Amino acid sequence: MPNQVPLVSYLVLGDDPHLIAHECTNCKARFFDRRNGCAKCFGTEFKDVSLPKEGKVRAFSVVHSAAPGIKVPFVASVIECGTTRVSANIINVDPKPENVKLGMKVKLATYVLGKDEAGTEAIGFGFEPA
Amino acid sequence: MASENLYILGIHMTKFGKYPNRDLIDLAAEAAQGAFKDGGVTMGDMNILAAGNLRGTGRIGQPLQKQIGQTGIPVYNVTNACATGATAMRVVMMAIKAGEADMGLAVGSEKLAGVGLLTGANVKADGKTWTPEGRYDAVSATDGRIGTETMPGVFAQIGMEYGSRYGEVSFETFAKISEKNHYHSTLNPLAAYQKRMSLEEIMKDVMVAYPNTRPMCSANSDGAAATVIVSEKKLRTLSKAQQDRAVKIAASILTTDPWEDGCQVLANVNTCTREAAKQAYAQAGVGPKDLHLIELHDCFATAELVHYDNLMLCDEGAAVEHFNSGATWREGRQPVNVSGGLESKGHPIAATGIANVWEIATHLRGEAGPRQIEGAKIGMTHVIGLGNTCAIHILQK
Repeated sequence: MPNQVPLVSYLVLGDDPHLIAHECTNCKARFFDRRNGCAKCFGTEFKDVSLPKEGKVRAFSVVHSAAPGIKVPFVASVIECGTTRVSANIINVDPKPENVKLGMKVKLATYVLGKDEAGTEAIGFGFEPA
Repeated sequence: MASENLYILGIHMTKFGKYPNRDLIDLAAEAAQGAFKDGGVTMGDMNILAAGNLRGTGRIGQPLQKQIGQTGIPVYNVTNACATGATAMRVVMMAIKAGEADMGLAVGSEKLAGVGLLTGANVKADGKTWTPEGRYDAVSATDGRIGTETMPGVFAQIGMEYGSRYGEVSFETFAKISEKNHYHSTLNPLAAYQKRMSLEEIMKDVMVAYPNTRPMCSANSDGAAATVIVSEKKLRTLSKAQQDRAVKIAASILTTDPWEDGCQVLANVNTCTREAAKQAYAQAGVGPKDLHLIELHDCFATAELVHYDNLMLCDEGAAVEHFNSGATWREGRQPVNVSGGLESKGHPIAATGIANVWEIATHLRGEAGPRQIEGAKIGMTHVIGLGNTCAIHILQK
């Protein structure tokens, strides 16, 4: 199996790919990016927590006009994984509005985004209908 | 507002559209000189200048002085996303309230015609080896792979998210909002587009980000707007004609979005708008029902709907019913975006937050011609700067 790297560091690869969030140890607010402090309570201590791999569609758009290199149309969405909202594409679905519903159950899926010169695969993620 | 009332003394906007042969300064100068003429003053009367521009040099204040009057006054160059123009106004107001000035000019100018899709910042070219970069350690571009950062897509989701909270909103409902605004634009000679569009034409136009088709998106245009703001004390020293046309700034509020779960995943324009509205109503001593007309930030048709609710023009969760009642059409009981809104008037970013004040002021002065909302005495302007900022002004005559 080729070497793999995740598209972003909050995607954990391995036998059981999943997303993690940085959770404020004081107020439990969750974030995905590198943190300087908590936007809710200003705390500076965080721990990584795993997110459920299943969620529900909170919002979506079928995007037909995008940055160069991005295949359109695609479904951009906000997924509610438990109480945590995640930005993701809805994948493995024909990208038409009638195929996506608010509240629809979805689950995490990964895919190979491309290879670099060393043959290392970058792994992206999305959510697919559950 | 605290001690002293502030007034719009003069205000002007250029026609929005395409100006291939005029630069940011030409447009800003037309707006500024127009505002001086409207207010019966000159550059020599200004004690402060705040100049807004987002996507050009971002520093147009001093070049503008060199074209219309170099008097040595303090200049503040302002950027605050789509709230840039409104922020420039507030800079002038804060200087007056702080006692550093009694009259000042706020101007916003933008060249946006033909720029195409506004995307997020996260467009990263792939290198020879995957290298983590940025706050997410991304090895490749994330815009379009992890959701979308394009404005039409972000605001599409903001509209859809309203549906998640209060019941699904149909594509047709969002398109009807655009139909209203394009209808309104036919009476506004300064709008970039003044063409009435049928619901069917809007729904069948090019899909940009469902449910926003092209005419449901703000029009990228060139344009500028400027206003002269004056203290009440100074106004009382001016002529009766000037005093008679002055428009009171009954409220001026700027907020950003407080932390709320999910707000860093999808831009939350709701919390900052609702809070700004609450503060603005309190400051002006009026309620939502007292407003005779509203110019709100319809950067996309999907955005207009959520702001009916955020500005408390309807009961919570009742934005669709409110729109379907016909209230927000110019013939309705509380018209919204009679200028044509950003979808047809155009959205030269830094000009927008002053141009909407021009629209309201023009109605309150009874000078809006064929599109006049009769008897308008109190009106509201609202802008959102993505990221997020909300600025609201309530004007009163």
